[in-house]
Amino acid sequence: MAKSLLLVGVGGQGTILVSKILSEGLLEEGYDVKMSEIHGMAQRGGSVTTQIIFGDKVYSPTINKGEADVLVSFEKLEAARYVPLLKKGGTLIVNEEEMYPLPVLGGLEKYPDGIMEELKDKIEKVISINARVIAEELGEPRSQNIVMLGLIVKALGLENIDWKSKIMKFLPERVHEVNIKAFERGINV
Amino acid sequence: MKKLLTGNEAIARGTYEAGCLVASAYPGTPSTEILENISQYEEIYSEWSTNEKVALEVGAGASIAGARALVAMKHVGLNVAADPLFTIAYEGVNGGLVVITADEPGMHSSQNEQDNRLFAPHAKVAMVEPSDSQECKDFIKHAFEISEEFDTPVLFKVTTRVCHSKGTVELGSRVEVGIKEYVKNPKKYIMTPANAKTKHLEMEETRIPRLMEYSNNSPLNKIEWNDRKIGIITSGAAYLHAKEVFGDTVSYLKVGFSWPLPDKLFREFAEGVDKLYIIEENEPYMEQFIKAMGIECIGKEIFSVCGEINPQIIREAILGEKVEEGYKLDIEVPSRPPALCAGCPHRGIFYALSKHKNKIVVTSDIGCYTLGSAPPLATGDTVICMGAGITAGIGFDKVNQMADRGKKTFGIVGDSTFFHSGMTGLVNAVYNKSNMVVVILDNRITAMTGHQENPGTGKSLSGVEAPQIDIEGLVKAIGIKESNIRVIDPYDMDANANAINDALVATEPFVIITKQPCALIKDVQKRRANLYCQVNQDKCKKCKTCLRIGCPAISMKDNVVSMDTSMCNGCTVCLQVCPFKAIESFGEEVI
Repeated sequence: MAKSLLLVGVGGQGTILVSKILSEGLLEEGYDVKMSEIHGMAQRGGSVTTQIIFGDKVYSPTINKGEADVLVSFEKLEAARYVPLLKKGGTLIVNEEEMYPLPVLGGLEKYPDGIMEELKDKIEKVISINARVIAEELGEPRSQNIVMLGLIVKALGLENIDWKSKIMKFLPERVHEVNIKAFERGINV
Repeated sequence: MKKLLTGNEAIARGTYEAGCLVASAYPGTPSTEILENISQYEEIYSEWSTNEKVALEVGAGASIAGARALVAMKHVGLNVAADPLFTIAYEGVNGGLVVITADEPGMHSSQNEQDNRLFAPHAKVAMVEPSDSQECKDFIKHAFEISEEFDTPVLFKVTTRVCHSKGTVELGSRVEVGIKEYVKNPKKYIMTPANAKTKHLEMEETRIPRLMEYSNNSPLNKIEWNDRKIGIITSGAAYLHAKEVFGDTVSYLKVGFSWPLPDKLFREFAEGVDKLYIIEENEPYMEQFIKAMGIECIGKEIFSVCGEINPQIIREAILGEKVEEGYKLDIEVPSRPPALCAGCPHRGIFYALSKHKNKIVVTSDIGCYTLGSAPPLATGDTVICMGAGITAGIGFDKVNQMADRGKKTFGIVGDSTFFHSGMTGLVNAVYNKSNMVVVILDNRITAMTGHQENPGTGKSLSGVEAPQIDIEGLVKAIGIKESNIRVIDPYDMDANANAINDALVATEPFVIITKQPCALIKDVQKRRANLYCQVNQDKCKKCKTCLRIGCPAISMKDNVVSMDTSMCNGCTVCLQVCPFKAIESFGEEVI
């Protein structure tokens, strides 16, 4: 049975990189993997989504309403935006990071209060962390996404795959050490 | 060896394996990565052409000279390249010529969602449609062979879900097909009316019937017989979605070679099933053909021509299954539209223009600056297609004058767009004595599609040093008087204001060139890494003027205006617009 994973976030947060690392690892494990991404204008602070489906045989690369087994959100407002795609009984993994969209920054719209409470109230399985705090402790705020990778790997029970070599493959050498640490922190939350 | 590749990466790989020698393109989502990946193969000469028409003509020339050539573009790019396409169809090829059209059902980042399959019957060129990454690689090799065997360019139609989805691909090795001999042949390659008449007839009488025969026997069109109660004719990503829903419980005719369409195969399949559905994205391209054959089928009665198809849509339309909704929250989620980046050099000039909202009309263009039309800057009246920032402005300005509206027209264009199709527009503005103002936002990169080199950047696609085309010199050569040109730094708000004021009173075509590189260019990021602005809370009167520049680094939380200093690159536009001098700048450039 194929498992579907929807990753959402804000342009620049590194969601696509995490999706690439995940897909490579899953392929190595012998799964048929399909990954689909929507970008283009997303680099300019817009909402970004990538979808990974893995299993014995996967045809369609898309996840629809109520179909995602796991929803990973790199920002909590984006979690609220995409929960309609999460399957009833599915797992939500969320970074408690807050990033204001432009209409909120300009005072045209409001960033809602109590998102985490609402998510935890409605969804049975919620795993949340503040990846920014962990990444800042490590001295590299940009490694938030790799902290999230560790958390995802743990939640999916995929610890047996050699993720460290994948991280090293996709990231420049000077940040290998800090990102390996970030990954370990994520896996041990 | 198996590798996980996107459709675009697989197309690049297939192009390499097919022995292709020349590849050209203009960047555009979702096609951009095809050439970026091809450029990694040293065996293939690859280039960013100034626009899609140029790219196709480069490819056609290479093909006639005897090499296999690939040309890539997004769907709207084929409109630009339509002129050569229709005539190259007559001339045919020497080395194989494959033209990729990357369509965007759903318009994730495009201005329309045209279905470019319709170009194939119109231009009378063979067409191939893969469904996934493996097919992208395999079919591109078929496409080169078809092109040479039938003496036709081949249109290779993909969509976002094919281009940007990753799947496993079995790699092969490159076959060197070399360069074919070129024999001068004016009857084939010089399309004067007399020669073209002969070629048109030859196409109709020989090439197309041969292609039709091929379509019915092509390995790219295949029937999968399963249970025959339901039969589905489908192509591209729609095949994968259908397969996801029905698996092996229904029969399929998967069309991978889609012009000319396989009439005999359609009839055979239709006769073999009880109920026939056509599942295709956007236009009823196959459906109309099948219905015209007198075959009963169901298609757009239950599927929309708008947007992408997905398994859920198929499940609902054919099986009537309402899918169980996911979770629903009670809170209202604000939108998150894309925005000009923190430190984007376009922000200053847009803010300066927004100060004249009642006196000006802004015809904008395709690129990051399209985002200048979004609130709070909200500076833009039209966006049509590449180059129209200038040309639509010419027309708009003429009517503004006829109607005596007393409004000046400002046309916006980026550096890459100026080279793409802005130059001819500027020639037109000068020639036809337009009184408009053209604002060329030169940020030294093709930014929106992810930083591709262009004739202004000093580097080619392969990273080799290239001559830099001088935009100011070009503008002068086109005939804009020196007194009507302002070259400014758009981070300097006085310079922006002065240039606009001069432009407002000009009685001849006027050009403002803003020069400041994109904030996301790696070297720029390094150079500006230590620069940032900060709000002095003692002086801040919370007037919110700084919020009106729409910078993602500035926010107001709990009635405190603050700056995300990690995002800020110290462009100082906010500092300059603050009426209370409450924003201060810090740090120095890294040299």
